[in-house]
Amino acid sequence: MKFRSRTRRKAINLIALILAGLSAAIGLFFLIWIIFEITQKGISSINWAFFTELPVPPGETGGGLSNAIMGSIIITLIATVIGVPIGVLAGTYLSEFGYGRLSAIIRFITNTFVSAPSIVVGVFVYSIMVVPLKGFSGLAGGISLAIIMLPVITRTTEEILRLVPVGLREAALALGAPYWKMVVSIVYRAGKKGLITGIILAIARVSGETAPLLFTALNSPYWPSGLMEPMANLTVTIFNYAMSPYEDWQAKAWGGAFLITCALLIVNILSRVIVRQKG
Amino acid sequence: MADNNYKSSKNKSIFKKSKSEPITETIFRFLTRFSGSLILFLLVAMLISLSIEAMPSIKRFGLSFLISTEWDPVASNFGALTTIVGTVVSTGLAMLIAVPMAIGVAIFLTELAPMPLRSIFGTAIELLAAIPSIIYGMWGLFTLAPILADHVQPWLTEHFGFIPLFDGPPMGVGMFTAGIVLSLMILPFMASVIRDCFLMTPQVLKESAYGLGATTWEVVKDVVLPYSKRGVMGGIFLGLGRALGETMAVTFVIGNAHDMSISLFNPANTIASTLANEFTEASDPIYLSALIELGLVLFLITFIILGISEWWLASSAPGSKKKRG
Repeated sequence: MKFRSRTRRKAINLIALILAGLSAAIGLFFLIWIIFEITQKGISSINWAFFTELPVPPGETGGGLSNAIMGSIIITLIATVIGVPIGVLAGTYLSEFGYGRLSAIIRFITNTFVSAPSIVVGVFVYSIMVVPLKGFSGLAGGISLAIIMLPVITRTTEEILRLVPVGLREAALALGAPYWKMVVSIVYRAGKKGLITGIILAIARVSGETAPLLFTALNSPYWPSGLMEPMANLTVTIFNYAMSPYEDWQAKAWGGAFLITCALLIVNILSRVIVRQKG
Repeated sequence: MADNNYKSSKNKSIFKKSKSEPITETIFRFLTRFSGSLILFLLVAMLISLSIEAMPSIKRFGLSFLISTEWDPVASNFGALTTIVGTVVSTGLAMLIAVPMAIGVAIFLTELAPMPLRSIFGTAIELLAAIPSIIYGMWGLFTLAPILADHVQPWLTEHFGFIPLFDGPPMGVGMFTAGIVLSLMILPFMASVIRDCFLMTPQVLKESAYGLGATTWEVVKDVVLPYSKRGVMGGIFLGLGRALGETMAVTFVIGNAHDMSISLFNPANTIASTLANEFTEASDPIYLSALIELGLVLFLITFIILGISEWWLASSAPGSKKKRG
């Protein structure tokens, strides 16, 4: 390293640290501002009717987004039912059986898939489900969210299961347990807490997705009537209402945004509490 | 011979499967392998399905699709250049703002913040990364855009208007706003990844540098950053991937105009925002096909960039050469 005078080094240090502190302050400022704004504008739209009533046309007072809330829950449930088991099994494959070339390829693809553009997944599901079945559907929405969820869960499962000590596995096998029994009752059990947290976080992440639902579940002003019908959902409703010129719809959009932000923050905090709990 | 056997089995499962395995064992192995292969299958299926649906547009416009700025649904003339440039510029702008800030935040969280606050700030950043992008978009449209239009953009035009980038109508929505909103969206995610990497630096290394009289900045620059280089690059690439494919944070604020202009203040478009706005309105088959080809282009761009970064990370991993040799 080149010799520099002490004062100069100290000055450079000071400047660099001020810049670091400043970027932290600016970043935090904007992020707090966003949360504050959502809370301030959203909380006034939240009332009993917001959760229990159907949407009304612009200009009419009252009404709520009960159908969108219900639809979002249904779509997320579909995604969970499809995405979680497959993801956990795929992660198990990578962690317990994954030593060959196939698993190396799958691991590589999973890692790149995690950041794949979600809107393209929507386009894909549109062309394999919406076009052949001739209609937008809640099921298609759920499947597109499941596709987005799959690599996330696969990766977390692999990471968590790899943390389980080899000694535990060997002990189980030495006692004569078959391999699958060892994985299910020893490895899964040892990684239970991490697995559950990872799954919850993955579900939370897809439940805030909008783009893949735009051309799959679409949206609807009615109560969800069937999986093969277009289904109301919170995120697309927020998008449509926020882009509309009507002020009462925009207020509803803020309410929805507040609801989603709160729900996701609470889920995230809870999952962190699970991790920290002992036993 | 025995030595060879040992070597080859080392790379396989540590436990050999028995010859007379029960049916449950076979089923379990099959299920896990099937689920894993499904991911591979999905990727291939996505590529094939998107290519088939985009075929009419590929056949009709050929390579000129990628270099034409024309986007005329009425005349059925489509080119992707405007949206590709929009995607690249908005992502570039976001990375330009977010990368130094994320590193700054990580330095703050690992070296500067008072001890008791570190974990609180760290958790806060991680929580912010969980907020869905539509929230950032909405905030950008209703809160940030008016402020930029009234205060920031006129000021920039007045003082830096001689640079064509800052010379344009102060409308609030446009490339400039999209870049800012996008950077705010990826900031928490990148900052928390980079912080995790910084924390991996062994305390002993840092303490030795401090012991030699290094300043905090020198420790970060010469010890922490070189040590965590790979992880930091990985985090930056993940942020880049997210920014490229981001739809909602951009669609709200970019203005959605198929124009290409040098001014950052003009409304523009990205691939994702075009898809979000026009997909359900595309009645003409060739229009839909062109939109799907846009999706294919976006998919390929992100996959190639992420694939290269993934490959680089894997091949530059310490010990990866040993494994191969």
